[in-house]
Amino acid sequence: MAQVHGMGHAVKRKEDPRFIRGKGTYIDDVKLPGMLYLDIVRSPYAHATIKAIHPEKALAISGVLAVITGKDLDKYGLAWMPTLMSDKQMVLPIDTVLYQAQEVAAVLATERYIAADGAAAVEVDYEPLPVVVDPKKALEPGAPILRQDREQKSNHIWHWQVGDKDATDKAFRGAEVTVKQDLYIPRIHVSSIETCGCVARWDPVEGKLTLWMTTQAPHAVRTVIALVAGHLGLAEHKIRVISPDIGGGFGGKVPVYPGYVVAIAASVLTGKPVKWIEDRMENIQADSFARDYHITAEVAAKKDGTLTALRVKTVADHGAFDAAANPSKFPAGLFSICTGSYDFQTAFAEVDGVYTNKPPGGIAYRCSFRVTEASYTIERMADIVAHQLGLDPAEFRLKNFIRPEAFPYKSALGWTYDSGNYHGALKKAMEKIGYAELRKEQAEKRKRGELMGIGISSFTEIVGAGPSQTFDILGLKMFDSAEIRIHPTGKAVARFGTKSQGQGHETTYAQIIAHELGIPEDDIVVEEGDTDTAPYGLGTYASRSTPVAGAAGAMAARKIREKAKKIAAHLLEASETDLEWERGKFYVKGSPDRAKTIQDIAFAAYTNHPQGLEAGLEAVAYYDPPNLTFPFGSYICVVDIDKGTGEVKIRRFVAVDDCGNIINPMIVEGQIHGGLTMGLAPALYEEITYDEDGNIRGGSFMDYLLPTAMETPKWETDKTTTPSPHHPLGAKGVGESATVGAPAAIANAVVDALWHLGVRHIDIPITPWKVWKELRGRGVTE
Amino acid sequence: MGNRIKVTVNGSVHEAEVEPRLLLVHFIREVLGLTGTHVGCDTTNCGACTVIMDGRAVKSCTVFAVQADGREMMTVEGLAKDGQLHPIQEGFYEKHGLQCGFCTPGMMMSAYALLQRTPHPSEGEIRWGISGNLCRCTGYVNIVEAVKFAAEKLGSAPAAGGERRSS
Repeated sequence: MAQVHGMGHAVKRKEDPRFIRGKGTYIDDVKLPGMLYLDIVRSPYAHATIKAIHPEKALAISGVLAVITGKDLDKYGLAWMPTLMSDKQMVLPIDTVLYQAQEVAAVLATERYIAADGAAAVEVDYEPLPVVVDPKKALEPGAPILRQDREQKSNHIWHWQVGDKDATDKAFRGAEVTVKQDLYIPRIHVSSIETCGCVARWDPVEGKLTLWMTTQAPHAVRTVIALVAGHLGLAEHKIRVISPDIGGGFGGKVPVYPGYVVAIAASVLTGKPVKWIEDRMENIQADSFARDYHITAEVAAKKDGTLTALRVKTVADHGAFDAAANPSKFPAGLFSICTGSYDFQTAFAEVDGVYTNKPPGGIAYRCSFRVTEASYTIERMADIVAHQLGLDPAEFRLKNFIRPEAFPYKSALGWTYDSGNYHGALKKAMEKIGYAELRKEQAEKRKRGELMGIGISSFTEIVGAGPSQTFDILGLKMFDSAEIRIHPTGKAVARFGTKSQGQGHETTYAQIIAHELGIPEDDIVVEEGDTDTAPYGLGTYASRSTPVAGAAGAMAARKIREKAKKIAAHLLEASETDLEWERGKFYVKGSPDRAKTIQDIAFAAYTNHPQGLEAGLEAVAYYDPPNLTFPFGSYICVVDIDKGTGEVKIRRFVAVDDCGNIINPMIVEGQIHGGLTMGLAPALYEEITYDEDGNIRGGSFMDYLLPTAMETPKWETDKTTTPSPHHPLGAKGVGESATVGAPAAIANAVVDALWHLGVRHIDIPITPWKVWKELRGRGVTE
Repeated sequence: MGNRIKVTVNGSVHEAEVEPRLLLVHFIREVLGLTGTHVGCDTTNCGACTVIMDGRAVKSCTVFAVQADGREMMTVEGLAKDGQLHPIQEGFYEKHGLQCGFCTPGMMMSAYALLQRTPHPSEGEIRWGISGNLCRCTGYVNIVEAVKFAAEKLGSAPAAGGERRSS
């Protein structure tokens, strides 16, 4: 008989057998009879008026069926679509383009290559307009106003602030020590190895739209389609969104991109299935970006190193449309976690969102809403303050950490941290890496003129959005859901409102149910991503699957256990109060032999259920978390720097994570490995820049450097375990911790190696060129 | 417009009329219906489309189908034999060498080619051997472990028909 593993076991993944045989079903594997292909004409200009679109040469190509423009969509009220942030975004433009690679027109054809030929043959007359790519310049008087569709004639989108400004200003006026630093966190792109795409199939007879789509949030997409296109006859009960196997998401597959909308419109208009698949350059040039935060951070402290106040001012570059994917009330995401792991008495943070001639920004890059921006800020500042005061960065952190007994801890910016033991994680990391010896080695090397640095990052995350009082997306509360059905033979199917993109939900959710009900993982099938079958949920991003949907799974299982108890009492002719649960069975107290297994009970639920009780054994749970969860960790990075080239070599990187109780340690470790690599990437390699004309530099994998196995170090991981007190399983979520924590550890290590030379900060990505310039400027190298 | 080609893929011979510009990856995916080979970029960087052609790993997005005429190829679908997983597949499964699974087929084919030419690779050789394949999920650590697993298993097993042949 199959084994029950439950929580804490490194169960091999249930999804892997299909993936290792090449039998996954990703979006481009969906192929329907009579399917047409869509390709998109994109703007070469970052800002221009469209004078005319000439489709004739494209239409002359055999197999090209139509060229669709913004004017065509406008007839159906579809030239614009709402974003998740109360803004609107062009699907196809009527007369203006606002960034390079913006969608201008779409070509529908019988074959993929012919659609591409058609897109290349469409001729567009543009009249270039003045371009603004720097958000600070966009705010200056006289800057070109980009969004002429808005009443407000300015590039300023919104101002957001949190904390006690007066108390913070007062703390700074009276401070013994203050430190101020500008930090730029550049624009980066998630670049999941699978790009985005969809297959839209409109069935004119049934009046039903089926949409296979690379989405992390299929249910929300269904509702948005119903709201936006209801006037065209698309009703929510006749829209089915299927998110098939997803080749990586990381936040990039949360937004609704214009290509999806055009494909749907094209299918409705032609009555045929339509496929749209981005190529990589389209994906990296036009899909939503992350970060792009221009931060000025100030810290006030006592001379002995006690932190007292934090003040942060940020300009956020959102590109041409505010199409970020934050909860409605949080235009700057959860940036207010920027007090981090430290016991600040007072703090104030403010962010201004700005339009520029770039694609939409502000989505995640494997991190809960703006948490990396916050964590990087406070962890860089912690190191700068420590160095400034001549204190060891580890000792400085241990002195200022929120103390373990202070949890639940109310932060100066309003969050209630659920649990933590920051001292424990940092001490474990220091021990594992041999911190004291490394400092000795560094001192000796420094005497010899060698450059070695040690960087720490002791981050606190905020994930698991979120409680319905404050968290919604477009008004949809951020609960999540699970439905479990136990079949008569004791096997089960469980469906969730989330959608895995590689996180292994089919395995971990089965483990949760196995843990709660004692049904072997092998007897449980987990399904997600089909809105016709799965219960409504807000999807997978911001490390919310385990904290929210995982909790829903546990709660649904507990409902089933309650009913199972009644059936067991009936079968055992005992009172419910006389029954005890041991994983997988109920037995009569004191008589362990008088027992009924969950399988016995499941069979009885359909064949011999007690009179007065409904037949069947299934449950649905919608879980509204009472609080967010606050995973944390301490990372230590050791770097050696080549004085001649400025190259940073990561010698060792130790990551101690605490994500509460662990469901599957193998998967957790894998998530941390991947997260660390997506923390390394922006720290040393990845950045998307634009020239003054708004031309993207880095718009393909030739120019945008994702780390390979050669750049990536051999990560060393460890853990501490501080359960979340409010989560039914004590779990916190882990998919993004390492991406949040790693960049500051690497940047801190580099600056630690160079501090004695007078270097105070280098913006990420820390390229050899930037380091070499610092060394050369100080006469260290020629 | 067509050119007639004859290729052997995973031991089966296929003949087809193809247009000269058809990429091998699209031939494999669309004409042969072997969708385990994926497309992740346009610039030969990501390696998701890696297949074995005449014993060498090639990125099938940068080979025209007509260039494959007369050649012998293996895709991810050809790794398992008679229902038995290849040790490379076992390694990825056992060592958690995959997450979303999208880069995995290409990654495994590069590992296959590596182990053909270097049966006992060092960690550095493994990392170099898969450096033409991008993975966004795993951080490579467990992929390296998966390849080590496969190398050890292949090294200790008697040479099995087909799986270790070199072309």
